[in-house]
Amino acid sequence: MENLQLVLPEIFLSLSIMFLLILGVFKKNSSRLVQSLSLAVLIVTAVITFNETIGINETKLFNNSIIIDYLSSLMKIITLLAAFLVLIISSNYLKTFQIFKIEYPILILSSVLGMMVMINSNDLIVFYMGLELQSLALYVLATFNRDQIKSSEAGLKYFVLSALSSGLLLYGCSLIYGFTGSTNFNVIADQLNSNEYALTFGIVFILVGLAFKISAVPFHMWAPDVYEGSPTSVTLFFTMVPKIAALTVFIRFLYVPFLNLIDQWQMILIFLSIASMLFGAIAAIGQTNLKRLVAYSSIGHVGYALAGVAAGTNDGIQSSVIYITIYILMNLGLFSCLLMLKRDNNYYEKIDDLSGLSKNHPILALSLLIILFSLAGIPPLAGFFAKFYVFKAVIEQSMYFLAIVGLLSTVVAAFYYLRLIKIMYFDEQKEKYDTDHGFWLKFSLTASTLLILIYFIFPSQLIEVVSRINII
Amino acid sequence: MNFPILSSLILLPSIGALFLFFTKSDKKKNFTGKYVALFTSAVNFFLSIYLWILFDPTTSEFQFVEERIWIKDLINYKVGVDGISILFILLTTFITPLCVVSVNNSIKERLSEFLIAVLIMESFMIGVFCSLDLVIFYLFFEAGLIPMFLIIGIWGGARRVYSAFKFFLYTLLGSVLMLVAIITIYWLNGTTDVVELYNSGIDIKYQNLLWLAFFSSFAVKTPMWPVHTWLPDAHVEAPTAGSVLLAAILLKMAGYGFIRFSLGLFPAASEIFTPLIYTLSVIAIIFTSFIALMQEDMKKLIAYSSVAHMGYVTLGIFTIQQQGIEGSIIQMISHGLVSAALFLCVGVVYDRMHSRLINTYGGIVSIIPKYSILFMLFTLAALGLPGTSGFVGEFLILMGAFKDNFLVAVIASLGVIIGAAYMLWLYKRVVFGKLINTDLKQMFDLNRSELFILSCLAVPTLFFGFYPDPLINTIEVSISDLIDQYNFKLASKT
Repeated sequence: MENLQLVLPEIFLSLSIMFLLILGVFKKNSSRLVQSLSLAVLIVTAVITFNETIGINETKLFNNSIIIDYLSSLMKIITLLAAFLVLIISSNYLKTFQIFKIEYPILILSSVLGMMVMINSNDLIVFYMGLELQSLALYVLATFNRDQIKSSEAGLKYFVLSALSSGLLLYGCSLIYGFTGSTNFNVIADQLNSNEYALTFGIVFILVGLAFKISAVPFHMWAPDVYEGSPTSVTLFFTMVPKIAALTVFIRFLYVPFLNLIDQWQMILIFLSIASMLFGAIAAIGQTNLKRLVAYSSIGHVGYALAGVAAGTNDGIQSSVIYITIYILMNLGLFSCLLMLKRDNNYYEKIDDLSGLSKNHPILALSLLIILFSLAGIPPLAGFFAKFYVFKAVIEQSMYFLAIVGLLSTVVAAFYYLRLIKIMYFDEQKEKYDTDHGFWLKFSLTASTLLILIYFIFPSQLIEVVSRINII
Repeated sequence: MNFPILSSLILLPSIGALFLFFTKSDKKKNFTGKYVALFTSAVNFFLSIYLWILFDPTTSEFQFVEERIWIKDLINYKVGVDGISILFILLTTFITPLCVVSVNNSIKERLSEFLIAVLIMESFMIGVFCSLDLVIFYLFFEAGLIPMFLIIGIWGGARRVYSAFKFFLYTLLGSVLMLVAIITIYWLNGTTDVVELYNSGIDIKYQNLLWLAFFSSFAVKTPMWPVHTWLPDAHVEAPTAGSVLLAAILLKMAGYGFIRFSLGLFPAASEIFTPLIYTLSVIAIIFTSFIALMQEDMKKLIAYSSVAHMGYVTLGIFTIQQQGIEGSIIQMISHGLVSAALFLCVGVVYDRMHSRLINTYGGIVSIIPKYSILFMLFTLAALGLPGTSGFVGEFLILMGAFKDNFLVAVIASLGVIIGAAYMLWLYKRVVFGKLINTDLKQMFDLNRSELFILSCLAVPTLFFGFYPDPLINTIEVSISDLIDQYNFKLASKT
């Protein structure tokens, strides 16, 4: 019998989802209850993951199709915590639009389950299964505000494009299966010797699919539209949680079966990274909608995270994980601010709605100022360290071009972050926004801002956490 | 000596800022806020004086060194001072309280936030001057952008947004390349500790590129021609206290960086690129002096004169002569005092007449005589009259330059004449002449705080003009050791 307790988190999560679904159907008006229970489920799952799997050596289960190691445990915990925070700060927003329904937490839980399967996968089939599970939940989430045409449009757009990319990905999987005779990562690694060129096609197709999921340029086109159209709380989820799982798969897929083909895929990753950083920075300049702007900024940040993966070393992988963690923290703060721009049951998401925020809401504006400077990567804030680690890993591999382009695009990106700061601080004030925000919204804003601000005092802790990641 | 005096110097203003942040004083005209800021910065000043007294000028070793593990196996937090850096720390702690006093007249709204920005700025600047690790240095160097951006943007003049953006993006663009260079140094030598790097030296193959990367950052910050264009804009739009900080301290970071890093770490590359620096410096001296001559805005004129003065500084540094580098440091200190005073002088008349244009004024000598006297003193100091600190610096720099390159020295000396021309002409047009604009008659002379600030700046300007020994004694050993090291490394090709 396999050692089932290692997949206990997934088992527990899937059973809870079924239970909550039944509870929601049979008990009327149970959305608040389901919401609270889902939060509890996420926390319990995280605790189980932490207790059962964090310390153990690399273990493979179910005919080597699932891998449990430090990377997967860590990423699962980050995913669960991020999902928890998203869920807890989105309830007010959902209530405003009267879409505070049982489906919302359940869909989030299902997509989290999909991500956990993705993170665990050591096999193309398992990986694809997890990917589709999370994607299906995400399509529905994007259309969650179904009375709004923009939301439906976002969901549909996401669905069509995502299906296309899944098709490409599946095609890549079948190519790899055809040339190596297996879908298992380790078996593929053993079979690599002969027909390398043919395999490269497979890698490229799979990378396209993955780049689509993580919204890296040139497969980013869906992101701005979907981010803008989806309900803000769902956008928050989109910008944070799926990226963790996709990044893990990126790492696992490239470093386990195809490490020997590094010369082939490194070029592709460098291109993806440079294109994302530059395009994210330049395209964001013209945006007037905050959610679109965040979409482009997240494209840029994905570029930095991929730069770490492109380095081809453990240092690079670790720096990517640090980057994505700090990025999630900053995004959480940013969206907490967005969710606070509310007046008379209306949420404001134009850039100009920030005008003069510093006079009406000094604390909110100060937090946003810190978060934006951190996103721009100005020391001594956390965002600087994230970039520092990535570029340290990149430069150690003598990839100067990537480093210099990356750093120059931070200068371009600084421009649009500064523009937001300018609007908040230098422009004339407008009407005040509501101040009766929920406790958790205030909490997440304060916590993320403070963590970003004082990260420089304790930079070693995060490094220590990720330094145990050892893939190669 | 176990008391962490340098860390206290860095932290104290930040603690003051934190305290200010939590003091609600908007209702009572911000008095408490101002006294908190004044108190912290004054304590910091006395602490730095104490540091100077304890400082041992007979050795070039780093003193008051503190080292703590910061990022494990990667970077240590390391600070310390030697003769080169200590004067800049003193300058910073000296100028900041004066800035705090000066806000009385110029900052009308959001006073406590302004003071927070100034204090945080002070923390970062002191950090720049005493950090002994490249990453820590970069951290402080860049972090200074945030408060300065806000100072220009929130409290600035009409075109403040443009200027603030230009300032921020120019300097950021310059310094990202330095980050690449710093990481590369880490990769080459396995450390970013400046002292260890001094000892081990950097592979000569990489020096040129690394030097250029550092140069791109320092050249923008100095600012050197042709990347100086952000400075006039930033100065013109910044509030008086902001201009003072910018001119007196921010510009000195680059000069300090040139001495500490470009000369100290990359001697071979410095030798190669000296002609480049000479050319740019000479262009800065002559060209921007002519530009300054034609300005109609007083602040802009002084801003361009700053570029010219910094041209002398870079020239002096790269002579690699004892006199040249000493002169550069004294010139930077002197420019810190004098340009701060000149910006304050412009601020004084601007607060009364709300115009910085030269042709608004004229003939004010009989209306505000005290002001005219002090303005005169600083004008003369700026053009380097013997007896003021400006003379000592310029003279030493030119002496060093004559030893190294006759032609450059001759052209640079010509710059002194143009410098005298634009400063005296400015003074003549503002203070002397016929009183045509009758609105000027309502101007009142310096009030107590303005008189206090300007006298505080006048005393060291004159004192170090007549008796520069305290400055020279402090820096002498460090510089001669730096030059010995430089020549030694150059000879042994490391």
